[in-house]
Amino acid sequence: MKEYIIRLVYVEMLGHDASFGYIHAVKMIHDDSLLVKRTGYLAVTLFLNEDHDLIILIVNTIQKDLKSDNYLVVCAALNAVCKLINEETIPAVLPQIVELLAHPKEAVRKKAIMALHRFYQKSSSSVSHLVSNFRKRLCDNDPGVMGATLCPLFDLITNDVNSYKDLVISFVSILKQVAERRLPKAYDYHQMPAPFIQIKLLKILALLGSSDKQASENMYTVVGDIFRKCDSSSNIGNAVLYECICCVSSIYPNHKLLESAADAISRFLKSDSHNLKYMGIDALGRLIKISPEIAEQHQLAVIDCLEDPDDTLKRKTFELLYKMTKSTNVEVIVDRMIDYMNSINDNHYKTEIASRCVELAEQFAPSNQWFIQTMNKVFEHAGDLVNIKVAHNLMRLIAEGFGEDDDTADSQLRSSAVESYLHILGEPKLPSVFLQVICWVLGEYGTADGKYSASYITGKLCDVAEAYSNDETVKAYAVTALMKIYAFEIAAGRKVDMLPECHSLMEEFLASHSTDLQQRAYELQAVIGLDAHAVESILPSDASCEDIEVDKALSFLNDYIQESIEKGAQPYIPESERTGMLNISNFRNQDHHEASSHGLRFEAYELPKQTVQARIPPASLASTELVPVPEAMYPRESYQTTTVPSVSSDAASTELKLRLDGVQKRWGRQTHFPSTSTSNSTSLKTVNGITQVDGSNTANSRTRETYDSRKQVEISPEKQKLAASLFGGPSKTEKKSATGHKSSKPSSHMVKSHAPKSSMEVASEKTSVQQPPDLLDFGEPTVKSTAPSLDPFKDLEGLLEPTTQVSSAVNHSSTAAVTKSPDIMGLYTETTAGAHHKDSDILSGLSKPPMTNMVGGTTTMQVAQSSKGPNLKDSLEKDALVRQIGVTPSSQNPNLFKDILG
Amino acid sequence: MIHFVLLISRQGKVRLTKWYSPYSQKERTKVIRELSGLILTRGPKLCNFVEWRGLRVVYKRYASLYFCMCIDEDDNELEILEIIHHYVEVLDRYFGSVCELDLIYNFHKAYFILDELLIAGELQEPSKRTVTRLVAAQDSLVETAKEQTSSITNIIAQAAK
Repeated sequence: MKEYIIRLVYVEMLGHDASFGYIHAVKMIHDDSLLVKRTGYLAVTLFLNEDHDLIILIVNTIQKDLKSDNYLVVCAALNAVCKLINEETIPAVLPQIVELLAHPKEAVRKKAIMALHRFYQKSSSSVSHLVSNFRKRLCDNDPGVMGATLCPLFDLITNDVNSYKDLVISFVSILKQVAERRLPKAYDYHQMPAPFIQIKLLKILALLGSSDKQASENMYTVVGDIFRKCDSSSNIGNAVLYECICCVSSIYPNHKLLESAADAISRFLKSDSHNLKYMGIDALGRLIKISPEIAEQHQLAVIDCLEDPDDTLKRKTFELLYKMTKSTNVEVIVDRMIDYMNSINDNHYKTEIASRCVELAEQFAPSNQWFIQTMNKVFEHAGDLVNIKVAHNLMRLIAEGFGEDDDTADSQLRSSAVESYLHILGEPKLPSVFLQVICWVLGEYGTADGKYSASYITGKLCDVAEAYSNDETVKAYAVTALMKIYAFEIAAGRKVDMLPECHSLMEEFLASHSTDLQQRAYELQAVIGLDAHAVESILPSDASCEDIEVDKALSFLNDYIQESIEKGAQPYIPESERTGMLNISNFRNQDHHEASSHGLRFEAYELPKQTVQARIPPASLASTELVPVPEAMYPRESYQTTTVPSVSSDAASTELKLRLDGVQKRWGRQTHFPSTSTSNSTSLKTVNGITQVDGSNTANSRTRETYDSRKQVEISPEKQKLAASLFGGPSKTEKKSATGHKSSKPSSHMVKSHAPKSSMEVASEKTSVQQPPDLLDFGEPTVKSTAPSLDPFKDLEGLLEPTTQVSSAVNHSSTAAVTKSPDIMGLYTETTAGAHHKDSDILSGLSKPPMTNMVGGTTTMQVAQSSKGPNLKDSLEKDALVRQIGVTPSSQNPNLFKDILG
Repeated sequence: MIHFVLLISRQGKVRLTKWYSPYSQKERTKVIRELSGLILTRGPKLCNFVEWRGLRVVYKRYASLYFCMCIDEDDNELEILEIIHHYVEVLDRYFGSVCELDLIYNFHKAYFILDELLIAGELQEPSKRTVTRLVAAQDSLVETAKEQTSSITNIIAQAAK
């Protein structure tokens, strides 16, 4: 049997499946004979991993074997423990292993320590109470056990330096004893006294001494001793030397030690062995943080390593260069990196080096032109490997013009970008991310300087959309870019004639399976149909980086809420409390129904709409009762869903606006939107992947493209400052004139001053990335001014259905609108119809609306203002539905309604 | 920490593998294929370290066998090189001028020795003497156990007659 199992191990090692035999290996460890048992343990540790099902069968045997009198059995069991015990089974063996720490045999103690170390790695909480045992074992008589104890201690110290500062003295004294050859001769290795223990100790000291002057001072003598004693002719001596250098570069700097470290490094670099060169480059990278001037004397060696045929050495050198980059040498280094990036085809490393190029370029770019060119190169060669964030960053930088106030420079930059992109578009195959950037820039600035005609740019964009017809994102970017260009044309008062290929493209997209594309295409159509004034306000030229103020707390609502409460409305009760209050069974049912509908999102896109709809009738109701507002305001307000800071709006309309937002907030909470406090259009967009467009969303996504670029806007003052310091500061090149000629001479304060900045940038990038959803939809206000309010009108008219259409037509005298965009209107009617159900559902479910009142109210209003068609329809439908559901409308006005109605 | 130990012959045949980090069988074959392609093609004068998937692989060639160990980025490569050498020295002492055939026919013994040297990806015993003593103790125990079992089976066999 034993032979078979060994053969099975061999089979498994060669990469074949031997799982049929696992169970026999498990059986073998039950055997009494040590020989068989040991082979069984070996096979099990090689076959199984810690999550395997058979582990459960092994734990029991391990427990038994750990108690065995024969220490070899215990050792075999401990070996298996290290490999096989997982987080759940740790408690089963832990007490026995702790007992074994006091075993008379040092081999057992050692293995028990290692097993505990393994447990610590797997779940640090399980052995946290045993830390004192490790400290005790450090004083073990056997150097092997002491050496093994250093492994768990190293991990412990890595996680929490401060609680082990008291051990510095003991570590130093141990290291001293080791260095003075106090250990048994058996631990010598190539005439070095216990080098592995020395290395481990140096690693620990490096951790303990980092930025701790007091602790470091204790170490200086012993580290200095080791530097002197190390025999640099043997490999292991160099290993210890290298570890010393690492230690010196980590602890509080000491001049003398730094000198000897620099000596050792120069010896490494001058050596013929590639291994030592490699270690030297690595050590140089570590030391350079503390004393940057030492790199200077090794320039030639570094350059040699860079030219070396050895790939590993080359990469290491690039790593070093990356660490030494500053504004004076960034061009050289990044060029080199890109060259190297082109020459390799290892995706893992390519990604890494590309992101490094981007990082360096962002940090030290001497000029904007250079930056854009560098980014182009990076995108071209490694586009699919670069983070999409980088692309957004590039767009933002082009849009914001690097924070310099010089407008002409900005426009120059943009036109140069446009030119280079038009040139690059000629190349056959480009990565998707890069194409997105190109499309965006062409859309935004393609026609800005008047050098290229709109038809030329649009032709190019159409080519892109056709050439990459299986990439939805690129197509979407292209369509939006087209829309922007046409919008600019219209706004400039020029006549727009679509190219034939553009027409065919649009037709294709209008029938696209991708709703996103379809929607964008419809938007394009709609925009082209509008007049110059309207278009200009929808898509203002070069407005992609205007600030958008968002008042998330909705503090401007306070007055209104106060007013409502004074009038007898109940204060808003948060969802959590409210559900607790509902004890009528009927309500509960409703609640459940709702909850389930949230769980299963078959009607995902209806949910958000229900609030859109739900908001309309009460809001308009309220306003009729409270303030006579010109009816023109309603539709816009209700359909646009966001506050519109209209220039011409009067007091009444602002009031209305505010109210709407308040409602939105309240209702938004109740319905558990995936994104809780954002307004509907966001949730629409997220859920909307497959849905039709609703009013707010159309309005919204019409300008979505611009938002994309605008997502960082909220923090823009800070960002601008940052960009100025990053790109303005270093590129002033006062450094260049001072130390210009030495390309590899790093200046410490440059390096230092950039470090925090880069981290800041990362931080701000993070926030900006998180922002988009909110901003996207809150962003609307600035883009939309009064003019677009025309659209919602039309939308509304679409809703009115034949009966009310006449009156609405009379009211607005813009009948043309009805025929103008029938598609969109169709959609609206559809969606509202769908939403009505939910809407009334919610109303009846949550607040038991006074149906009679409601209907009465709406009908009177209907009479008064016939243009608000949906209300009648709405309420009628609601009534019907409520009856269907079986809620008897009570005459009491429930909380929710009251506070909305005021 | 050492993630795995790999012994491959110059022809790319696997002679011994030991995984200290979890890898599925599929990943293992992939790793071995990638690494043997990477390491076997390297020239003799290049350095003994290879960067691979964000990790380092330290390898050393002894006759026709490549000993590879995969380590974290911040480990001391030279030290690992010496651990490999340490292992080879112990093997040498145990087998008496070790060769590839020793490892092929007694690979389980090579495993036992490796287990005494490395546990859970860390070097547990830096002393050659201790390791050899332990392995010898196990072997002698096995021998006595063998004799015992054979004598017992003899007795039983005789009794059965």
